[in-house]
Amino acid sequence: MNEIAAPVRIKTTYREAVRAAIRDALNADPRAFLMGEDVGRYGGCYAVSKGLLAEFGPERIRDTPLSESAFVGAGIGAALNGMRPIVEVMTVNFSLLALDQIVNNAATLLHMSGGQFNVPLVIRMATGAGRQLAAQHSHSLEGWYAHIPGIKVLAPATLEDARGMLLGALGDPNPVLIFEHVMLYNMEGEIAADAGAVEIGKAAIRRPGRDVTLIAYGGTLFKTLAAAETLAKDGIEAEVIDLRSLRPLDTATIVGSVARTRRAVVIDEGWKTGGLSAEVTAVIMEQAFWNLDAPVARVCSAEVPIPYPRHLEQAALPQPEAIVAAARATIGR
Amino acid sequence: MIEHAVKPHLTRAHVSDLMRQMVRMRRFEEKCVELYQREKIRGFLHVYIGEEAIAAGIMQALEPEDTVIATYREHGHAIARGIPMTTLMAEMYGKQEGCSRGRGGSMHVFDAKTRFYGGNAIVGGGLPLAVGTALADAMQKRARVTACFFGEGAVAEGEFHESMNLAALWKLPVLFVCENNLYAMGTALGLSESETDIHKKAESYRMHAEVVDGMDVVAVEAAARKVAAAIRAGEGPQFLECRTYRFRPHSMFDAELYRDKGEVEQWKKKGPIERFGAWLRENDILHAADLQAIETEVAAEVEAAVAFAEAGTWEPVEKLSTYVTLERAS
Repeated sequence: MNEIAAPVRIKTTYREAVRAAIRDALNADPRAFLMGEDVGRYGGCYAVSKGLLAEFGPERIRDTPLSESAFVGAGIGAALNGMRPIVEVMTVNFSLLALDQIVNNAATLLHMSGGQFNVPLVIRMATGAGRQLAAQHSHSLEGWYAHIPGIKVLAPATLEDARGMLLGALGDPNPVLIFEHVMLYNMEGEIAADAGAVEIGKAAIRRPGRDVTLIAYGGTLFKTLAAAETLAKDGIEAEVIDLRSLRPLDTATIVGSVARTRRAVVIDEGWKTGGLSAEVTAVIMEQAFWNLDAPVARVCSAEVPIPYPRHLEQAALPQPEAIVAAARATIGR
Repeated sequence: MIEHAVKPHLTRAHVSDLMRQMVRMRRFEEKCVELYQREKIRGFLHVYIGEEAIAAGIMQALEPEDTVIATYREHGHAIARGIPMTTLMAEMYGKQEGCSRGRGGSMHVFDAKTRFYGGNAIVGGGLPLAVGTALADAMQKRARVTACFFGEGAVAEGEFHESMNLAALWKLPVLFVCENNLYAMGTALGLSESETDIHKKAESYRMHAEVVDGMDVVAVEAAARKVAAAIRAGEGPQFLECRTYRFRPHSMFDAELYRDKGEVEQWKKKGPIERFGAWLRENDILHAADLQAIETEVAAEVEAAVAFAEAGTWEPVEKLSTYVTLERAS
């Protein structure tokens, strides 16, 4: 007989994993609550919080008016006064209506108060394109937030991270923004039944390789892994890094990988200009320039507002073929 | 007992205290203006001179466990709330002995001991925070009040309306104090608002709202005690529109091109300290010697605060990047 029981695995989706994390958080800490537009009776715009109202009641699964600035600010105030709010903003595009609270308050209060007041707040929002929602519901603006000192920015791509990052973020004494890519919510797979909090702030090598480093996060991770499979058929072994945390950036993992592979492609659904991919590229230039055998390449969204028709939307986004081509170009074959 | 809670008792000790608080604010800020001219204080400096009755009166209705959120014109509120003048002046200097370790300066006064949450320099930016601190108290079933101060300029911001609605919708324990000094920087109320009776805007959110003579410290205290008691009794947010006037320029860079000197002089005649002092003397409650004693005592306090700030130290540059994020709580 096998003495060690095989770890129990369960089927889940990304959406269910986030929901399970919210449930865990609310069960574990009476100070935790979820607040946002349509999180209760409607069940969440992307159905993440479906069913939680019945479990926890309207005090802790709190529907808000369409007042992003007020309810994000209220989350900050509640965090200052002892609560552990999870604020859901429907999409990153709507978070622009709460920029004042996120950038001028959440990110600054600890510093302006000389260390007296921290803001243990988690703000979750959907990001990214792929559902033909056009230019006001499809942008990837998480790179903007990664510009701001005083907040942490996470992008869970895997089921384990969807399950664990929220809990990791709630254990952090700082404001943490979590970006959930809209195309990942339906992703299905298996995770350990006892999956829980994960460490935040570190990148992960999702596929080891020796020939080129592909650096991605969130919605582009699986496109990048698909590209790596294609490259492998031609004998090119790509290493795939999932950034996981956009602020702080895990520069040690990026630089360590590039120092070994000597080539890098940065993949980002945000735009190139002034974007996160520019930052990652600059880190490589600053810290791994003498290890490079080729210029760092980037595969990002086309510099257009994301269009509605499917063929144009897909043409605007990073695709596996473009990632493969960019990787080949760095190697010269 | 309820009567005592909601009505100011104008005992000699109490009126002395009200007067002392207003004089402390006034003399502190007069010294700040002087220190600004001597370049000891830099950046922006917005003084509260003329509006002291509001902070002095409102704070009478607050308990130590209540929360205060104010604006960039918050030195008076900080003093009335009990932040020592010494650490406040050190903050004005940017010294690390300051109440925000010098990181905030004049516009960002913070103090955990007195539950003073800034010092917010984005007009309207403090209102959502107040909704949140009050939400936390409501969810924790604590009978506390969040006092949120803002100027009438904030009324034009979307955050004002969003916060009014949310506080009223959720019946949160917020005391909204609008300090209506008639000018948003240099823009007169009538040039920026279609409805200049600000309390009506609060009423439109089904919130109890009152207009108060913001130049009369006793009137402010009476109104504050009444509405704070209502908040603690679970009646939801309350709104006071305190009508007042700023005697000095908006900041030290303001040439005051937008208002008549005559208008300023007219309002100065209604000055809160001047008026209360005259009333106390006429009614034989305090005498000239009592008022002089307050002045002498406050002058010494201000001098001690300046000495404290002068003796303060600069935070080492090596510590520049502290207080950006906290390490994980244990």
